[in-house]
Amino acid sequence: MSEDLFGSPVLAQVVGVPVTAGMVGSAVVTVAVLALAGWLGRAAVHRPTSAPAAAARLLVGFLQGVARDGAGRDVPALTVFGGTLFVFVAGSALYGQLPGVRAPTADLAVASALALVVFVAVPVAGVWVRGPIGYLRHYLEGGVLLAPIEVISELSRTLALALRLFGNMMSGHLVVGLLVSLVGLLVPVPLMALDLAIGLIQAYIFTILACVYVGAAIQVEETA
Amino acid sequence: MNDQTVIAVASILGAALVMGFGAFGAALGESRLGSAAMDAIARQPDESANLARNMLVALAMIESTAIFALVIALVLLFANPFVG
Repeated sequence: MSEDLFGSPVLAQVVGVPVTAGMVGSAVVTVAVLALAGWLGRAAVHRPTSAPAAAARLLVGFLQGVARDGAGRDVPALTVFGGTLFVFVAGSALYGQLPGVRAPTADLAVASALALVVFVAVPVAGVWVRGPIGYLRHYLEGGVLLAPIEVISELSRTLALALRLFGNMMSGHLVVGLLVSLVGLLVPVPLMALDLAIGLIQAYIFTILACVYVGAAIQVEETA
Repeated sequence: MNDQTVIAVASILGAALVMGFGAFGAALGESRLGSAAMDAIARQPDESANLARNMLVALAMIESTAIFALVIALVLLFANPFVG
């Protein structure tokens, strides 16, 4: 096993900062997603009856549904947040299917960065919607004794979020790599398809979990 | 056997154990989830799309425990901090 499973190879040093394959991959995915989004958006505005416009509306409708399922109600900002996570993670899974590259999310650093984004977004959204006092009070809802456990659960679910994404993407890559080195022709194809399906499902899972976490933080008490 | 050999043997055994038990638990949980979902779909065929989506989410959550075991096993095998 020559390949480093947990990090990604350093391709170059730019002013002393190492540039890894994961960073290049994320940049490529980001540019591709932005270009696609710009194209779809322009099509939706200028040619509302064309096929790309329909695809754009389907995608946005799907992302709205995911955010609504996660948060329990329609929050436009959450749709944007969750949708961004979804297209990036799904785009990474598609990028990982290209020959010779790994999905950026199969790099522990990128997966951890995504989980950290969610970790930071939860208190930011909570304070934004409910105010600092209102947000901090939800730690005490279960009683003072449970407050530390609440904090620990926020840390552990961030770790789980990162490891789940990383583990799924990396293990798919590993299985395909092992099979290619053993058999090579045609046999790895079904597992590559499985890897692609798992990547897209993980994008969905990651998004819906992020929406659930943020949605729980911005839950306004219904009881009057 | 010197210390490094003991650590290597223990790591390989640990990786095998962690992967075996990790996969065991996840498979048990997934089979229960699958049977419950099939049961629910058989009772409510109209809701099958909704049920299948929720099943996939739950499946991935259960799967992640096996993935954690896999990550630990791979750390033991390929990135072991105790192998000098």
